[in-house]
Amino acid sequence: MAKRIDVSGLTAYYGSHKAIEDISMTVEPRSVTAFIGPSGCGKSTFLRTLNRMHEVTSGGRVEGKVLLDDEDLYGAGVDPVSVRREVGMVFQRPNPFPTMSIFDNVAAGLRLNGSYKKGELSDVVEKSLKGANLWNEVKDRLNKPGSGLSGGQQQRLCIARAIAVEPKVLLMDEPCSALDPISTLAIEDLIGELKERFTIVIVTHNMQQAARVSDRTAFFNLAAVGQPGKLIEIDDTERIFSNPSVQATEDYISGRFG
Amino acid sequence: MDISTKNTEAPPPAPQPAVAQHKRAARGSTRPGDRIFLGLSRGSGIFLLVIMAAIAVFLTYRASLAISKDEANFLTAFEWNATAVPPRFGIAVLAFGTVVSSIIAMVLAVPIAVAIALFLTHYAPRRLSGPIAYVIDLLAAVPSIVYGLWGALILVPHMNGLFGWLNNYFGWTGILSWEGGAPRSMLTVGILLAIMILPIVTNVSREVFRQVPQMHEEAALALGATRWEVVRMAVLPFGRSGVISASMLGLGRALGETMAVATVLSPTFDIQASLLNPGGGTFAQNIASKFGEATEQGRDALIASGLVLFVITLLVNGAARAIIARRKEYSGANA
Amino acid sequence: MSHAITDKRPSTLRGASLPKWSPYAFAACSVAVAIGIGVAAGLSSKIQWGLIAAVLFVVITYGVAARVEGRRQAKDRIATSFVWVAFLIALVPLVSLVWVTVSRGVKVLDVYFLTHSMGVVADSEPGGGIYAAILGSLEQVALATLIAAPIGVLTAIYLVEYGRGSLARAITFFVDVMTGIPSIVAGLFILSLMLIFEMQPFGFAGSLALAILMMPIVVRSTEEMLKLVPNELREASLALGVPKWRTILKVVLPTSLGGITTGIMLAIARIAGETAPVLLLVWGNPFINANPFEGAQASLPLYIYQQYANSSGSGAAYDRAWAASLTLIAFVMILNLVARGIARWKAPKTGR
Repeated sequence: MAKRIDVSGLTAYYGSHKAIEDISMTVEPRSVTAFIGPSGCGKSTFLRTLNRMHEVTSGGRVEGKVLLDDEDLYGAGVDPVSVRREVGMVFQRPNPFPTMSIFDNVAAGLRLNGSYKKGELSDVVEKSLKGANLWNEVKDRLNKPGSGLSGGQQQRLCIARAIAVEPKVLLMDEPCSALDPISTLAIEDLIGELKERFTIVIVTHNMQQAARVSDRTAFFNLAAVGQPGKLIEIDDTERIFSNPSVQATEDYISGRFG
Repeated sequence: MDISTKNTEAPPPAPQPAVAQHKRAARGSTRPGDRIFLGLSRGSGIFLLVIMAAIAVFLTYRASLAISKDEANFLTAFEWNATAVPPRFGIAVLAFGTVVSSIIAMVLAVPIAVAIALFLTHYAPRRLSGPIAYVIDLLAAVPSIVYGLWGALILVPHMNGLFGWLNNYFGWTGILSWEGGAPRSMLTVGILLAIMILPIVTNVSREVFRQVPQMHEEAALALGATRWEVVRMAVLPFGRSGVISASMLGLGRALGETMAVATVLSPTFDIQASLLNPGGGTFAQNIASKFGEATEQGRDALIASGLVLFVITLLVNGAARAIIARRKEYSGANA
Repeated sequence: MSHAITDKRPSTLRGASLPKWSPYAFAACSVAVAIGIGVAAGLSSKIQWGLIAAVLFVVITYGVAARVEGRRQAKDRIATSFVWVAFLIALVPLVSLVWVTVSRGVKVLDVYFLTHSMGVVADSEPGGGIYAAILGSLEQVALATLIAAPIGVLTAIYLVEYGRGSLARAITFFVDVMTGIPSIVAGLFILSLMLIFEMQPFGFAGSLALAILMMPIVVRSTEEMLKLVPNELREASLALGVPKWRTILKVVLPTSLGGITTGIMLAIARIAGETAPVLLLVWGNPFINANPFEGAQASLPLYIYQQYANSSGSGAAYDRAWAASLTLIAFVMILNLVARGIARWKAPKTGR
């Protein structure tokens, strides 16, 4: 069910400030694509344009096209709400709904569309929690609040919540930056499993992580502070880390970055 | 009452050892500065408890003087002749009026206040919501006597049309029938109280809604929620205990509101079956209206009715707190 | 032809949606129909017309949106319109209140009014003023603040910085209870003391009642402000070996000073308009009495009530009541504005 993303000529603004400029790339289905680059280069902003979360921020607007299997997310008449159903998202800080139990957190997205029988719902919840490698840890306390879990468990809960609605694409915005190494490892393993079913795009500050989990890597950079971020290159991860075609990429990866 | 008085006094001495032990561990020093500061701040807290206890004790004392001389049943009698010899007075009418007017106020005000709070935090254009919130902040500070004056001179005349209409179509229910007297009735009081508590309930709710972490709203958005669904999934659950405490504040104001009721209501000492016919009374209004001509015996009787009002507000607050405490497991874990 | 078919294939993204102007169209349509029904059925009451229009609006919006966009979007639209309508409804009385107070209040509000008292001017005659009332109110409120502010702030410090045991829980609980005390009950409490000691009404008695009302407000607002101070700041200071009390005085309080001041000023604004306890304890006085510790005093909110209640419908007394209301509102508003100014000026770092 995973879908391909085709971005062409995408520019995003915060008010009058141009955050990213003229980005074009293709993300293949059932693959993991990592976005790397220095802080402020717009990789998170770009990620948020892929499910129209960018426009939620005040003053956020977008020019250009994002095709999800030939359908433009920014086309006339497209409902951002449906876009976000197709393109799920996991955030930097784990954000389970604090007032909901673990079960309800996972079921939250499903309940939006109503009409689930009780049994069906628990099946999907169980499947999603298993899919997020969390089932064994929480199966005895599904009715406890999700905020009682550890950070890493919370993040996997959020992944379970995101995959429960069967999106076509899963966006991850630095999903491990708030987690300890063991939880990070668990999430990275999970990403490896999830790519069998979803198209995954992950923003990360951690280059080892990009190298470990991704099939392709995109390097973003900005000319100077205040300038819009740009896509420098995108290529197979192996190539980017061994033999990138642009000097700036090599400088960044090898740490010779100003 | 004696028992509850003891209870209010009990806490200060009893927990001392536990607290001190705890503090010693936390403080880890016996610096004089620390000791003095802790003493001062703890003393202030204890002083507050003492005041509360004193309120209960002295009101109970004066009330017991009055009630012991009361020839009628204090809880059920439908009359107030506290200055007569022998005195006969009861609070049934006042309790009824107080509860009815406050319920009307809450039913009208809370949904609208929550809606306005949502409007300001999640619906209004940003340019609009700032100034509006500011104005509502200021309106919350308008003194109740000004609302009372406005209610008596402006709102009351405007109620004639509404009362006529209600009587035409809902008069058959009995509780909304109208005999055409001046509309200085419980419904008018309830509406005025609703207007009065609207700003404060709105303000507190708005503060709570504004504190909903962005990440929870984004979580809902990313699941493909519409704006209303974001409100239902992330905003309302997060803000529920806040809305309850906002309503509690509003209810407390409505229950004890004196001047606005005293100016608007045309009081009688009986229970009107209809909300539209003038008459009835509330605890606070009755105290304000009868105070001027009361003898010492009459004042003690008014104090007795005030004690009942005090107990009612105590129960309301206690219930609201219990609700909030039950929610703590969820919202507290988030903080 | 084939292009059209491609477009028609079940798209998951492109729900049919109503144009942006549709809410206005629905509103116009339902108002028109409501007027039509009202005229046709000969309904005289405008309230009925309004109700019919509102009901029609809800039904039409939900019906059309549910058919075109789906039930979830329809619910979203209903919620949006409810929220807007609630806002507009609430505006009516609030705008009226402000408008009436200002427009009627300016009639007799002038320097003479502010600098003279009622004296022997009868309630039904024009003339007189609110000097005694302003003086009395200022004294009573100032005394109440002197009592309530330090106790309130210290209690809040205890609760936030020290309190963990059952004493703190008891205080928190009773502060909540105290917040709910009706002002007239606070008045009755002081009254019961006065009855015991056989005292006559005087200004300070009112101050005591006002202080009781003010304390929990100060505790609550200060508590909120102290809680906003990040724990990292406290820890940083403690880690430097600064004793706890100095940490509180030098780090915690200065950080939250703006907010605490704001809270106190808002509490002042709140009690300045309290009438009921003043009615019981201070009585009001047409003559100037500058001594809050002896004899009945005037008070601004009480003045408003007495002008209204004792006037027997006299226009002159109503005019004075409105002018006094305007003065009181102005005082409260200025306090509010200054308080907010302080909050902004003192806490630029924490302001969002």
